[in-house]
Amino acid sequence: MLLLALPLGWFVVIYLASLVLLLITSFWSIDAFTTEIVQVWNLDNFQTILTNETYRTIIFRTVWMAARVTLIDAAIAFPFAYFMARVASRRTQTLLFAAVLLPLWASYLARLYSWILILNHSGVLNWSMQSIGLPAPNIGYSETAMLVVFCYIWLPFMIIPTYAAMERVPESLIEAAHDLGARGWRTTLDVVLPLAMPGVVAGSIFTFSLTLGDYITPILIGPGTSFIGNVVYSNIGIANNVPFAAALATVPVAIMAVYLLVARRLGAFEAL
Amino acid sequence: MKGIQLHRLVAFAIAAASVMAMTACGSTSTGGVTTKQPPTAGIKPPTSVAATGEGALDLIDWGGYVQTLWQKPFEDATGCKIHYQDAGSSDEMVSLMTGGGGGNWDMVSASGDADLRLIYNGSVKPMNMDLIPDWKNFGDKFKSPPFNTINGVHYGVSLQWGPNTLLYNTDKFPTAPTTWGVLYDPQYSGLITIPDNPIQIADAALYLSVKNPSLKITDPYELTQKQFDAVVTLLKTQKSYVKKYWAAVSDEESLFKSGDVVLGAAWPIMTSDLHLAGAHTADTIPSEGATGWADTWMLATNAPHPNCAYKWAAWISTAKVQAEQAINYGETPVNTKACAEMESLSPGSCAAYHANAPETYFNSIKFWKTPISTCDDGSENCMTYAQWQSAWTTIKG
Repeated sequence: MLLLALPLGWFVVIYLASLVLLLITSFWSIDAFTTEIVQVWNLDNFQTILTNETYRTIIFRTVWMAARVTLIDAAIAFPFAYFMARVASRRTQTLLFAAVLLPLWASYLARLYSWILILNHSGVLNWSMQSIGLPAPNIGYSETAMLVVFCYIWLPFMIIPTYAAMERVPESLIEAAHDLGARGWRTTLDVVLPLAMPGVVAGSIFTFSLTLGDYITPILIGPGTSFIGNVVYSNIGIANNVPFAAALATVPVAIMAVYLLVARRLGAFEAL
Repeated sequence: MKGIQLHRLVAFAIAAASVMAMTACGSTSTGGVTTKQPPTAGIKPPTSVAATGEGALDLIDWGGYVQTLWQKPFEDATGCKIHYQDAGSSDEMVSLMTGGGGGNWDMVSASGDADLRLIYNGSVKPMNMDLIPDWKNFGDKFKSPPFNTINGVHYGVSLQWGPNTLLYNTDKFPTAPTTWGVLYDPQYSGLITIPDNPIQIADAALYLSVKNPSLKITDPYELTQKQFDAVVTLLKTQKSYVKKYWAAVSDEESLFKSGDVVLGAAWPIMTSDLHLAGAHTADTIPSEGATGWADTWMLATNAPHPNCAYKWAAWISTAKVQAEQAINYGETPVNTKACAEMESLSPGSCAAYHANAPETYFNSIKFWKTPISTCDDGSENCMTYAQWQSAWTTIKG
């Protein structure tokens, strides 16, 4: 009982309490000049977020990016995990595992900076395309660059749960499908895919929420356009407007709450 | 509760200021207009510094402003052991200093965009320049600059400064561009980089003050709604030409090195870094002039070690330390005697950082100051820093 009480108490006090404080702060405002918090209840922050074109654009941009990253990562991870779980030999499997996990050992920032070197004007990408006679794609510091880098950075978080779900598909079911005359492709689509789906959904929780909350990739890789995280950061760090930052920070919290409810319906939590 | 107290305080300050304006004619005016009195204006600074300090000094600084080179000799000479924290932004400085430094901090090396906020929220208090022997050697512009001196009362000791320059690629521009207009020219679309900082609005305002005289912009930090709207419109047009809004010095340097951009709003330190790296770049101050930053060591209202603080302010103002910091950081000292010291440390550095530049050079630079609602004419029609910040978010999208 005591063993459970400690971590549970920690969770309630540190995590839930700070979320509640965040929510409370978002209903306050600041004095425009001295930037001190004025504790008068109002809905101004939320009204600004909902009615101001800029914030809607920023929220949409962030969610749209998270959705694309999730779909692309799922499309890459599914065949990869399938190969790892069902085709590759034990040895190859270990090698692939190492290949997936190894980048996570390197610093996130080091990986971002190496992508800048790949994508910039005089980078490896433009150089190699030109040397085989193709036009230079020139995608450095663009929306496309962010998409590529996000997909790369979060891919392992999609592959691992998908692989875990794929490995748990019973061999007997696949044999049964074969016995009933289903070919390889049909078996994958009708037997493996539905059974591995919770794993993909579980992975999507990671890719979606990590993209939703990131603000460093947009600063370094993007053209400087803002994501939700950047606006939160600049409101705390530059404007010292904590109440507005808190109000905006509740947006991803709400989006993730909805996302998790849907994911639970799709059985993602059993796959974790 | 805080809100109510604050309103009272402001009301009191305004009342006090108007009474003073009526009684003490002339002495409280800058440019013919009386400025609001800060809450700590009544605190009398000390007239002497004790021979022995309190043994400790707590500083909030910009990374690199406290370095062994000049920290060690100071500690050895005064016995004041320095503990310092590097701040990440002007706003971090303002929040750390809230409540007069809370009894935790003695001094802060604030920039012009934070100074007035610190002064008017009572975080810092008046200082006595008679206790800073080198103050008389400061350039005239930095003895009582409007960003740290209100109604003749000094709220800090000027430190170092630098201009915000126009950086360009010398292959693309064999001769230096003569106008900031190149940053708003569709011809260079996708080849421009701009700092990701709301104070950048002042740069656009400075350009418009010359380009569009009908707006009557006299001070790029004091913009009425109409002027502000024009500036924001210009910056929104510029957005589509911008390759990247840079966040760190290294961002801009790598953009120029890789050839991603050929024009950018920059700081002198980048010019010297890029020069050392062999990049084909140079900087210039176009005909419209430039904005600039100037830092000030300010004394916390509740400073626990005031004697050590005065000793530090005096030490950091000496020609030798001024020169060391200027060369280390790539900025310009306010002490005019520092030029000779710079030459002996690194020949050519005095001219490179404009430490010996004539009066006309200073006059071409509009120093950062916090945009506040009070305009120069005393009216309350100007846009505040919070409005600048939210406009900046809209501009970047």
